[in-house]
Amino acid sequence: MKRRDFLRQTAIAVAGAAIPLSALEIIDPRELLAARPDLRWIFLVDTYKCVGCGMCVQACKKENEIPLEANVTRTWVERYVITSDGQVHADSPKGALNGFTTQKIDLNAAGERKIDEGQIEQGFFVPKLCNQCENPPCVQVCPVGATYKTPDGIVLVDRKWCIGCGYCIMGCPYGVRFFHPEYHVAEKCNFCYHRIHKGMQTACAFACPFGAREIGNLKDPNDPVTHTVMTQRVGVLKDEFGTKPQVFYIGLNKEVR
Amino acid sequence: MVHGEAWTVKEFFVLPNEYIYWSIQIVLYPFMTGLVAGAFVLSSLYHVFGVEKLKDIARFSLVFSFALLPVAMMPLMLHLQQPLRGTYVMLTPHFTSAISAFGIVFMTYACIVASELWFVYRQHFVETVHVLRDKPQRSSGETLRMNLYSALTLGAWDLSDKALHRDHKAVTWLAGLGIPIACFLHGYAGFIFGSVKANALWMTPLMPVIFIMSAVVSGIALCIVCYIVTMEIRKWRIKRAWRKKHPGACSLTAEELRGVQAFEVKMTSRYLLIFMVLAVVLELLDIIFRGYTAVKSWDILREVIYGIDFTKIFVLQYGIGNLLPLVLLLLPGLTVRRAAIASMLVLFGVFMMRWNVVIGGQAFSLTFSGFMHYHLPIIPHNMETFKEGLTGALLVMGTPFALFYFLNKIFPVFIDEKAR
Repeated sequence: MKRRDFLRQTAIAVAGAAIPLSALEIIDPRELLAARPDLRWIFLVDTYKCVGCGMCVQACKKENEIPLEANVTRTWVERYVITSDGQVHADSPKGALNGFTTQKIDLNAAGERKIDEGQIEQGFFVPKLCNQCENPPCVQVCPVGATYKTPDGIVLVDRKWCIGCGYCIMGCPYGVRFFHPEYHVAEKCNFCYHRIHKGMQTACAFACPFGAREIGNLKDPNDPVTHTVMTQRVGVLKDEFGTKPQVFYIGLNKEVR
Repeated sequence: MVHGEAWTVKEFFVLPNEYIYWSIQIVLYPFMTGLVAGAFVLSSLYHVFGVEKLKDIARFSLVFSFALLPVAMMPLMLHLQQPLRGTYVMLTPHFTSAISAFGIVFMTYACIVASELWFVYRQHFVETVHVLRDKPQRSSGETLRMNLYSALTLGAWDLSDKALHRDHKAVTWLAGLGIPIACFLHGYAGFIFGSVKANALWMTPLMPVIFIMSAVVSGIALCIVCYIVTMEIRKWRIKRAWRKKHPGACSLTAEELRGVQAFEVKMTSRYLLIFMVLAVVLELLDIIFRGYTAVKSWDILREVIYGIDFTKIFVLQYGIGNLLPLVLLLLPGLTVRRAAIASMLVLFGVFMMRWNVVIGGQAFSLTFSGFMHYHLPIIPHNMETFKEGLTGALLVMGTPFALFYFLNKIFPVFIDEKAR
């Protein structure tokens, strides 16, 4: 084959191949997996139903491989006791892993505080978990992009890419992030992403005996959780940070922080 | 045990995942970068603005800034949970994060300092090689030095007036370019803290400016201390050489050196004073503003600032670290010894400022109704308490001096005094 022929044929082959190739689109694998414009995960917590048993915390730790004895947790329950003198007493011993077994308020290094039952005006429990913010500060501050928000609204951490600088932990106003005691990378609640995508509930919602926790899809008007969020008076935590949290609370008090 | 549990003591209502995650190494990180930036700014005062009086200390602080450079990175590496992935910051920078710029800013700055250093020392390299080459007999050390310097000239052997003038111009230009980049390097360390909206103590736009000012203060103070120490060593050596009847070992007498030293220290102290006043004014402005506006977080901040951390902030930082050296420097008849003591106190004050920002910022819970106390691990019992304890801190603080010792062999900081 002459050189001239070779060049001519190569040019034809390249031009011919370019036409079908141009029809192909480069697809972001993340988009492919989670691009469902009809999906935006949200969470609903009914504080009236929560009794502080801690089943959700145990279920979460077992489901998501967080050692039970480790003093960190993806979800936890807080107890608030408001006395007649206006004082707010709050605690969450071990994140309420074993529930609230005593009436004394746990003050960590400051010991315990016994509260006179006659003085109690209000007492309630508030479960907490990642708010899967619409504007997540943790994603903004990650220096390597190891944490990211999926198009269906869940903030995930790439354990293979996280450098463990802790900036996301500092950046979260809700204190939901921590270092995994075994993997030594940032760890957080992800609404049991592996479960909800199979049509299952989150482990905590599944374990809750009183239905205080529910997962829903904001884009689905027939979803009961969406219906509640749209039609009832619900609150979110710390909206002053502009994070647009997506965990909604029924019966949220101003004392809850 | 989870990370942070070893040195955190919680009190009252603290969220389960809250610990002091950023510990001593993150205190040292802004402290060390501050020293780098400050030392560089001091050297630039001579090169750019032609402050002739700072000529001697300018070269010194440039070399010292270079010795401090790798150390600015050390605390970051020591605090990472995955130190082997540290390079990811440069491989996949996520530009919405303040930390991601570190790689780029740091490398740019390193290149500027390195090239400025080269332009300053090129003449010395070439001259030394010429002298050594003409020697009939060379020791192996001298041969090594000759080869090293030959390589370091990078083939630029021209020592004509025109070439030297060009070198000088390049130095001025690089030093000028270096000032904004040094300020950026450190100002953005302040931005890393100031932009954390979740932290009530850190979040203020003043943070980068406060950091730059205190950086310059600490850099100048460290240069003064090190300058005095090296000069003392030289004086001691001269005296010893004279006693051993080896005159001619040095071209200057101890008396002459003392004169040079007193003069340089006095001049540098003035600049230290100016930047110190600026830094303190800004820091106080921040506290006053917080108290005056008294937003939701002020209740807990007040308890931290005026209660738990009172000694650390008002006694150690402002009292011993700012007020006392201010008085020492302002009293008439400044002696070298007094300047040295004042500079050391200033260094301590800046360190306490970093401590009070980093640790103080984590001293209170996100609930605003609980506290966290930090206990620095003294004796390490595992890798974590080694890295993020006293040992790790001392390692980071000692490294620049070791590096400076070796760098001084290649870039001797005192070569030009014959011309004085």
